[in-house]
Amino acid sequence: MHIVVCVKQVPNTTQVRINPETNTLIRDGVESIMNPFDENALEMALQLKEKHPGTKVTVVTMGPPQAVDILKEAVGRGADAVVLLSDRAFAGSDTWATSYALSTAIGKLEKPDLVLFGKQAIDGDTAQVGPGVAVWLGMPCITYARAIEIADGEATVERLYEDGYEKLAVSLPCALTVLKEANVPRMASLRGKMAAKKLVIEPMTAEMSGADPAKLGLNASPTRVVKIFSPPPKAGGVKWQGEEPEVMAQRLVDLLRERKLV
Amino acid sequence: MALKIDLDLCTGCGACVATCPFGALSQRAEDGKVDVNEACTACGACVDVCPVGALTLEVADRSAMAAEAEQYRGLWVYAEQRAGQLQDVTLELLGQGRTLADKLGVELSAVLLGHQVRGLGDKLFEYGADKVYLVDHPALENYTAEPYAEAMSALVRKYKPEALLAGATSIGRGFIARVAIQVNAGLTADCTELDVDVEKRLLLQTRPAFGGNIMACIVCPDHRPQMATVRPKVFAPLAPVPGRTGELIEEALNLKDPVVRVLETVNAMQNEVNVAGAEFIVTGGRGVGAPENFKLLEDLADALGGAAIGASRAAVDAGWISSFHQVGQTGKTVRPKIYIACGVSGQIQHLVGMSSSDTIIAINKDPDAPIFGVADIGIVGDLFQVVPALTKALRR
Amino acid sequence: MAELNYGLSELALEIRSMVREFAEARVKPVRAELDEKGIFPTEILRELGKMDLMGLYIPVEYGGTFEGDSMPNLIAVEELSRVCIGVSVSFAANGLGADPILIGASDEQKKKYLPPLASGEKWAAYALTEPNAGSDAGAIRTTAVKKGDKYILNGTKQWITNGGEADIYTVFAVTDKNRGARGVSAFIVEKGTPGFRFGKKEDKMGIRASATRELIFEDCEVPAENLIGREGTGFIWAMKTFDVSRPGIAAQGVGLAQGALDEAVAYAKVREQFGRPIIANQGLSWLLADMATKVESARALTYAVVQSIDRGVKDYSKFSAMCKVYASDVAMQVTTDAVQVLGGYGFMREYPVEKMMRDAKILQIYEGTNQIQRDIIGLALNKEYAAAAKK
Ligand SMILES: Cc1cc2nc3c(=O)[nH]c(=O)nc-3n(C[C@H](O)[C@H](O)[C@H](O)COP(=O)(O)OP(=O)(O)OC[C@H]3O[C@@H](n4cnc5c(N)ncnc54)[C@H](O)[C@@H]3O)c2cc1C
Ligand SMILES: Cc1cc2nc3c(=O)[nH]c(=O)nc-3n(C[C@H](O)[C@H](O)[C@H](O)COP(=O)(O)OP(=O)(O)OC[C@H]3O[C@@H](n4cnc5c(N)ncnc54)[C@H](O)[C@@H]3O)c2cc1C
Ligand SMILES: Cc1cc2nc3c(=O)[nH]c(=O)nc-3n(C[C@H](O)[C@H](O)[C@H](O)COP(=O)(O)OP(=O)(O)OC[C@H]3O[C@@H](n4cnc5c(N)ncnc54)[C@H](O)[C@@H]3O)c2cc1C
Repeated sequence: MHIVVCVKQVPNTTQVRINPETNTLIRDGVESIMNPFDENALEMALQLKEKHPGTKVTVVTMGPPQAVDILKEAVGRGADAVVLLSDRAFAGSDTWATSYALSTAIGKLEKPDLVLFGKQAIDGDTAQVGPGVAVWLGMPCITYARAIEIADGEATVERLYEDGYEKLAVSLPCALTVLKEANVPRMASLRGKMAAKKLVIEPMTAEMSGADPAKLGLNASPTRVVKIFSPPPKAGGVKWQGEEPEVMAQRLVDLLRERKLV
Repeated sequence: MALKIDLDLCTGCGACVATCPFGALSQRAEDGKVDVNEACTACGACVDVCPVGALTLEVADRSAMAAEAEQYRGLWVYAEQRAGQLQDVTLELLGQGRTLADKLGVELSAVLLGHQVRGLGDKLFEYGADKVYLVDHPALENYTAEPYAEAMSALVRKYKPEALLAGATSIGRGFIARVAIQVNAGLTADCTELDVDVEKRLLLQTRPAFGGNIMACIVCPDHRPQMATVRPKVFAPLAPVPGRTGELIEEALNLKDPVVRVLETVNAMQNEVNVAGAEFIVTGGRGVGAPENFKLLEDLADALGGAAIGASRAAVDAGWISSFHQVGQTGKTVRPKIYIACGVSGQIQHLVGMSSSDTIIAINKDPDAPIFGVADIGIVGDLFQVVPALTKALRR
Repeated sequence: MAELNYGLSELALEIRSMVREFAEARVKPVRAELDEKGIFPTEILRELGKMDLMGLYIPVEYGGTFEGDSMPNLIAVEELSRVCIGVSVSFAANGLGADPILIGASDEQKKKYLPPLASGEKWAAYALTEPNAGSDAGAIRTTAVKKGDKYILNGTKQWITNGGEADIYTVFAVTDKNRGARGVSAFIVEKGTPGFRFGKKEDKMGIRASATRELIFEDCEVPAENLIGREGTGFIWAMKTFDVSRPGIAAQGVGLAQGALDEAVAYAKVREQFGRPIIANQGLSWLLADMATKVESARALTYAVVQSIDRGVKDYSKFSAMCKVYASDVAMQVTTDAVQVLGGYGFMREYPVEKMMRDAKILQIYEGTNQIQRDIIGLALNKEYAAAAKK
């Protein structure tokens, strides 16, 4: 089997804030990590590899040159091959253009039986890239997967939805977006880390991927981020008392709705 | 679209560098003139601040696309149903959709996909739809992304709506992302605010990103339809108008058999929502008084759309609830979006487990309870009155 | 945090960050449960094996990663100990069991037994102590009688760490009753050998995650080729093992004391009495200062001993004993003080320092009690000064 796992390098978002004066993202001192859900996708691939000997796991990322860090992390954990798709031509891609670019890179590889994604990236938070890539590759895609079994070219997958789950069956090849519940990601091994340290990763450029330049980057992206701003600030310790419970309850619900919390 | 920098004009003042929301601009080491990197989204924030007009947005020739876009009219809402039940988010989207459609002066349509779901059309009209597009087909009996996307894409290609909204549910997010690629459109995820620019006929889509730490406003200038998934519970449905009707357009499509087969559907979560990792937590302390009173908190949790139930050690030790639910030093450490502490005094052993929650709400009858020291919103009152009132207000 | 520069190799630093992260992520969340229920950390050791961390002390040619630097293994023990020494002793006892093989076994024996230990597929244990032979290890009574190409073992070993869990046991038995310690030989005995069974698992005060068991040998037939070295050399392997393993106990002490210090300082900063954090009281901050000073001195001594052994210093028994005795005493003092810093909360099971204080006690007992360590140091002093006087 050949399994491709798409991983994204993301800032550790619990730390990202907007500078209230300049309205710009404060990125200083923000650590870059492998998108947490992608760790679960990678773990799913590695567990399948253990169960099905002869399986090869290729990890693909699109991003700036420093995204090699997460590819090295993946090698440390047991990935067999990596692809760094990196070119200024990809800059500014929205999910439409990102999924196209990733699909061209995957198209250059040995035909995969399974393409795995995280449930969503914790920065962009769209959850759209996985299903998008699947369309470009002409594959079905099962989102929100928490378990998989493979036998005779067929996958049985558990997909979570809001109030339950479904068991689904699909013939390979197919794509999956993977939930946290799926597994506990392993840590890199010492030998894996050593091998990763020595690894020299040459980026795959837009040209090498054979992508149509008209479908790349900002220009090819239908969506535009026109403004970013901080969410309405927390009230900072208000205390209501002495009123009717219904009045206070209603005010609280209004406030939560206004802040889009419920 | 791309940012153009006229280096002859650039004085290296650096004004633009500070305004870039994405940190895409920097000053070159050699001459201090500005340089742009791949983080640029061509948002234009820098263009306005450049005192010498060195920055411009190079706009591609959009006339062809604009003419194409002109052919798209009307606002669509995907009418999500599960097992023949319309989901609340659909009615919420019809509510907001009505407002937006009226601003644009266009029809509001609902798209109903499924098998033997025709009967749901009436409700859609009552809640504000002018038209309902229906694809009733055995391939759509169970939701799987592929036939649903195929049906939706076929309708979009044929009827050309200018905007399409769907709930940001597991179903909506699952197949609408396929549709966006198939119909070559932009898709904004998980919006919490929607408005329209009537003049430019643009949908103004606002959504949280970076785990809710920032908000982004997104538009799709050229591509149609403008698509968005919208978070449930942010908009309110309209009051239904009994007997209100509209036009039902049934589309007969030749759909392929689903490639993904549903073997089994298990409703209701096997486990209770685990406090560790939950987005919403309603916690009860000694003030809850008795095990049966946790029902009040469960109702509130339910009204929040499935919150986990937490407990202080006092409540656990009293045997009212299992230690699985305990938050704090010896219990779990949690970081939900909303933490509602009911009848919890807020001792340090409890606080260490929950004080980094995004929003903390405390309900306690003692105005001096330490929990108010960490609460963002405190309600001084009897939880037996406040909690049911909250549940009621949320359900309204 | 500010730290001293011990000139650690890149590998040692890598191991430190790997094991630190591992201990926080995998051990910390379960340590209280392992302790309370006395559960052996099987999953944790398996995962350490998968991460290539079980062979840090085994030379590369036998499947490990050791190339002359003993610090990576020592630091792995220290970092695990910072979170739980019940887990760290289960990890380190593999090395203790393997050391007689590393020191005294033939190349053939090494090739057979070391690679599966290095990969973590198999675990090891060291079996010397008997009901009537503790500090006086030369008094063991388990016998091994040669019969053809086999030795027949009879006797009982007591309090063997990893007993029942390990696959490979180095067992010390008497082959010649008349020669005392010189009549002791060492054998490699595999789990499952007929006549070899396990007695009861002990219910302990501390390190409750570790398995401490009786080994019972009843006409247990061990192939003669499993004899380590020659007959009568066993006691030498036993003692040489201790010389290299005792710094490992010291590392447990350093890690444990560091963990207790971490808890104490963090608590002292948030606990308020008299309207201010308790750390603002000089009486308390001086206590913390002494704790921190002891931890760092214990670390410095332990590292210096191990680095000196790596650099070829001879006659290091005395120094091994010194770091063992010092770091274990520091661990006992610092964990006790940590409980003091936390006051009544520190006395409660819910806070980790209670366990740390219970755990610390064993460090002063096993691998030679601290009295025996002081004996070793005292004897060495006596000998060295006598030699110096002669010159
Ligand atoms: C504030 C903000 C808001 C945005 N909102 C939108 C929007 O509403 N619609 C839109 O189309 N674009 C949007 N974008 C652009 C979008 O974030 C980028 O296109 C991004 O590269 C991919 O989207 P994502 O991070 O949401 O990934 P998701 O779709 O959430 O990622 C899902 C999975 O796809 C894989 N994946 C994603 N990106 C990569 C990659 N670069 N390399 C390898 N694998 C990858 C991973 O497995 C990941 O877990 C936004 C950007 C910003 C800064
Ligand atoms: C070693 C140790 C570890 C501990 N670990 C934990 C832990 O992990 N988690 C934890 O929670 N605690 C822990 N504790 C216990 C902690 O110190 C407190 O005792 C406990 O949190 C108190 O629980 P409580 O707030 O529910 O009860 P109380 O302190 O008794 O508070 C009850 C509150 O309910 C209010 N109330 C009563 N009736 C009503 C009403 N009708 N309407 C509104 N308000 C009402 C009262 O005003 C009061 O503030 C630990 C303690 C120790 C010693
Ligand atoms: C949890 C645990 C795990 C263990 N794991 C192992 C293992 O894996 N393998 C193994 O072989 N053994 C193991 N042991 C045994 C351990 O090494 C012995 O307990 C230790 O050597 C002390 O022996 P003893 O308990 O019989 O004490 P004793 O020798 O009976 O000593 C009792 C007291 O007398 C003191 N004393 C004895 N002789 C002298 C002296 N000459 N001068 C001054 N004071 C003296 C001692 O210091 C001690 O205070 C373990 C023990 C425990 C408790």
